[in-house]
Amino acid sequence: MNWITNYVRPRINSLFSRREVPENLWSKCPECGTMLFHRELSDNLNVCTGCDHHMPLTPRARFEALFDGGVFSEVQVPVPVPDPLHFRDQKKYPDRMKAAQKGTGEFEAMLVAEGEIDRTRIVAAAQDFTFMGGSMGMYVGNAIIAAAERAVERQLPLVLFSAAGGARMQEGILSLMQMPRTTVAVQMLKEAGLPYVVVLTHPTTGGVTASYAMLGDVQIAEPNALICFAGPRVIEQTIRETLPEGFQRSEYLLDHGMLDRVTHRKDMKDELVTILRMLTGQPPAVKGDLPAPEPEAETSAPEASEEEAADKNG
Amino acid sequence: MNYLDFEKPLAEIEGKAEELRAMARGNKEMDIEEEAKALDKKAADMLADLYKSLTPWRKCQVARHPDRPHCRDYIQALFTEYTPLAGDRNFADDHAIMGGLARFNDRPVVVIGHEKGHDTKTRIERNFGMARPEGYRKAVRLMDLADRFNMPVITLVDTPGAYPGKGAEERGQSEAIARSTEKCLQIGVPLVSVVIGEGGSGGAVAFATADKVAMLEHSIYSVISPEGCASILWKDGAKMREAAEALRLTAQDLEKLGVCDRIIKEPLGGAQRDRATTITRVGEGIEALLATMDGKSRDELIAGRRKKFLDMGSKGLAA
Repeated sequence: MNWITNYVRPRINSLFSRREVPENLWSKCPECGTMLFHRELSDNLNVCTGCDHHMPLTPRARFEALFDGGVFSEVQVPVPVPDPLHFRDQKKYPDRMKAAQKGTGEFEAMLVAEGEIDRTRIVAAAQDFTFMGGSMGMYVGNAIIAAAERAVERQLPLVLFSAAGGARMQEGILSLMQMPRTTVAVQMLKEAGLPYVVVLTHPTTGGVTASYAMLGDVQIAEPNALICFAGPRVIEQTIRETLPEGFQRSEYLLDHGMLDRVTHRKDMKDELVTILRMLTGQPPAVKGDLPAPEPEAETSAPEASEEEAADKNG
Repeated sequence: MNYLDFEKPLAEIEGKAEELRAMARGNKEMDIEEEAKALDKKAADMLADLYKSLTPWRKCQVARHPDRPHCRDYIQALFTEYTPLAGDRNFADDHAIMGGLARFNDRPVVVIGHEKGHDTKTRIERNFGMARPEGYRKAVRLMDLADRFNMPVITLVDTPGAYPGKGAEERGQSEAIARSTEKCLQIGVPLVSVVIGEGGSGGAVAFATADKVAMLEHSIYSVISPEGCASILWKDGAKMREAAEALRLTAQDLEKLGVCDRIIKEPLGGAQRDRATTITRVGEGIEALLATMDGKSRDELIAGRRKKFLDMGSKGLAA
């Protein structure tokens, strides 16, 4: 509780670090240290051009790259009671929420959308690790239920991109209750005979992994993503030995039979389309840089159509 | 008798009374009964006072008390013909999870629960009630069995959490928990769960996704341990009292939130002071909750359970 360490030092640090890396122009790859020009990085879907390290991608950026012409319509998510426990740690939960909303420009840690990928209609939900670590609370639970309900209503497959540190502690037991709630959502899809594909991205841990993120019909992960129930630090403290190289990373899980595939971000769209069209009995997709579909009543206005970075080889 | 830190003053008085009586036994001429009785009275008053309103952190301590009845004790006392069924048919039998066929008031049921162990040897054998994937997979198998032969499932929850170990992770701890929760939501037979001590996070949900959840008066059920929460949000593991407060993990708060359907009253001074009474009351609680589901069809049970969880938490603490 020292104002120098808590207040002054972070401010000084932030001044210096800002000078070191001009925020809006260059990013440093946390894996190999290569300096990447922001435009080049976003064109490459936030994958390092030097070492192929997959950096976090916000749901909106992901959907813009995923859906044909970057066009999708957002699925409305019922907003839960805010701060249900009146939770307060060093900060009040509503204040943490406001800071996260300001920092990300998003309302919560999950975005749900409907749209077409290579002319294949899907519902997609993506978790936002930049929003309070993507943590699963009532809203995320509601989002997954809303996504499943939309998929069932329109008879569409659901693709879910997971990214979370786990449950949102500030919602206490109600965050834990999202494990059964989201499992009910997955069951709705299964009973309706609709494919549910999970794409696990870095990191997916805790109660999220132990519920909807591990219940997909097909489980795909991005390369080198941390996927686990208990994090490596907790395990090291428990068993007091160092863990093997690559432990709990995508490739390690693939080796241990916990995943179907590990797929590079640039190939993800093609792979999803291929799998989904087979599972839903549709003919092979015409792959390519497709423009936005014919606008529908509720489709949002097309974003400035950037060149799609995904590598098309259909 | 093991005393908790906040029971120290009580331990002193009870110790003194005990000492006096021991002295009197050695020396027949001494008349200490009056003094000893006064001490007893003082101790009883203090006990009543201490347990009148336990803080959430103290409840955590009571919930973890080593002398509380554990799963094994409940199974022994409340069930007949208990026939343990072992193994997940894939890798191992997890001794942290007890489970099998039994009769509850003559009715065939499947009982499953976390067992923490009661001394060093059994605690290690039971891995302190922390299950590995094999434990959850055994539970899935047993729930399937119950479903096929139309037997209610009774789960007894008492775990610090799922085991955070290398092998457990390699063999799919998260997937095993997810499948167990999923199975709870799929079975067409009544599922009653009682939190008898600690309901630790995902390791508890995997069994407690039930039609009816009862909790012992001083048991807890939480997304994370207060110590874990304190070290993450307060950056100081010693702030567990504050964390326990904020997490709303007591049976009383969870009843308000709609997570707990029934609180089973503990004897004064906690379950550890009168194990037999506690066990009897848990039995009565299970019986009463099972009775609420009499005559319900498979579909009604499944639909009702799902609706319960979909609706949960919609009102927060104002519920």
